[in-house]
Amino acid sequence: MRITRRTVTALLAAGALAAGIAGCAGNAGPASSPAASNAGAAPSLSGTVTVYAAASLKKTFTELASAFEAAHPGTKVTLNFAGSSDLVTQITQGAPADVFASADTKNMAKLSDASLLDGEPANFATNVLEIAVPPANPASVSSFADLAKAGVKVVVCAPQVPCGAAAEKVEKATGATLKPVSEESSVTDVLGKVTSGEADAGLVYVTDVKTAGSKVKGIPFAEADKAVNTYPIGTVGSSKNKELARAFIELVTGSEGRKVLADAGFGAP
Amino acid sequence: MTPSPDASPAGSPGASPVGGGHGYSGVPRWLYLPAAAGALFVMLPLVAMLVKVNWGQFIPLVTSAASLDALGLSLRTSAASTVVCLVFGVPLAMVLARRPFRGQRLLRAFVLLPLVLPPVVGGIALLYTFGRQGLLGKSLELAGVQIAFSTTAVVLAQAFVALPFLVVSLEGSLRTAGKRYEAVAATLGAGPTTVLRRVTLPLVMPGLVSGAVLSFARSLGEFGATLTFAGSLQGVTRTLPLEIYLEREADADAAVALSLLLVAVAVAVVGLSYRKPGRQVAA
Repeated sequence: MRITRRTVTALLAAGALAAGIAGCAGNAGPASSPAASNAGAAPSLSGTVTVYAAASLKKTFTELASAFEAAHPGTKVTLNFAGSSDLVTQITQGAPADVFASADTKNMAKLSDASLLDGEPANFATNVLEIAVPPANPASVSSFADLAKAGVKVVVCAPQVPCGAAAEKVEKATGATLKPVSEESSVTDVLGKVTSGEADAGLVYVTDVKTAGSKVKGIPFAEADKAVNTYPIGTVGSSKNKELARAFIELVTGSEGRKVLADAGFGAP
Repeated sequence: MTPSPDASPAGSPGASPVGGGHGYSGVPRWLYLPAAAGALFVMLPLVAMLVKVNWGQFIPLVTSAASLDALGLSLRTSAASTVVCLVFGVPLAMVLARRPFRGQRLLRAFVLLPLVLPPVVGGIALLYTFGRQGLLGKSLELAGVQIAFSTTAVVLAQAFVALPFLVVSLEGSLRTAGKRYEAVAATLGAGPTTVLRRVTLPLVMPGLVSGAVLSFARSLGEFGATLTFAGSLQGVTRTLPLEIYLEREADADAAVALSLLLVAVAVAVVGLSYRKPGRQVAA
């Protein structure tokens, strides 16, 4: 697992590097390199960009950060992953973030409402719920309605957190009433209860099922599109290196970011 | 350190002759500065929390159904886990304090391990012991006992992290008390159980009480192991710390109000009952 990820990252970095070199070669000099399109002249891209991203973006953003560093030598991407609401609290309290990527529009709105953003945030990905069951599927779950059956131990997120709010929406849309044995405060806790075999089923994001690999089995359900989570990204107003921040955002919202995110299971915005 | 001319007679016990009227404190004056800083370090965050409390909404926030469920559950499970700690911790402390045996150091190290272990690790360990797929969990499941996601799981998680507090406190008391009285009682014909009941336990009662109080307080604050092992469901497994953690996501005011409630309960428990044994010892 670790090796695979490293290999993927290395490949991506190599690819990005090659693209960078190609871009340079096609031009008279690096000064006018259009590789970063409208992000400004390449040589001014230097220094460190600090990216605060939702925990569910850990894998994809780590990959993208390596690709960014490879494409722009002399830059460094520092990543901080946590729950979106935690990150908002940290940024509100003055944490030195340049870029914020949220797992929902609600938390991003908290920053824009407080005028802590530079410009408008851009939506870059979507995520939907999926049923995760242990590989053996002990309770033979095959649909969302199965989750409401007696004796099926279902774990969901609490309604206070985004994944729980999404679960509630789906419940309303389908008319099935779940009686969860636990309402966790984060989606990773839900996944943990399923991978350890304690729960028969859990409601998590499609991307979480992908990340968990063979430890869980994902069961997509049609009603999932009733609650689509949109991921916005934006430049933090107090950023000291807005140009670098915008360049990173362009990578995420651009075709390369799209590809990495799609590979991880994220939908297009 | 020079004795004043009107020093008390050399034979007088207790009060030291230094420092004129008042007794020798044994605390160098320069020590007060770091001591005050230390006290501030502990107290300032609590003050900061007090400042943050939305007093207008405080009563409705802490008396909501979810809050009361969490508080009630916390008090019930902490009481139960304290009983579990007493049942297993007193014999453990006796064995550790009174009879040297091979592997005793190792046993002590293991008993004390939860003190230094991150609670999440404790939760994972419990999961692989009592969980459905766990070491004992499979047999328990066959016997019709399900621990995961139940209040029992909360009590187990709390007892796991709280047990060392009782054992440490009691073992210290047992060692300080010594074996002299026990030996005398034994020569007078008392059996080991009678000695334990009539001599040893009364002697170490202050240590036992403070150990039990510490265990209760630790149980009250248990979070990581519960979250990992027991889950979080209102009225069943969502104790006060878990409710605070969850509310923090949605309603910061509620989280702060509940934090204050937890601090108040903890201060009441520790402050009121923890000092008594000290006085008894002095008396």
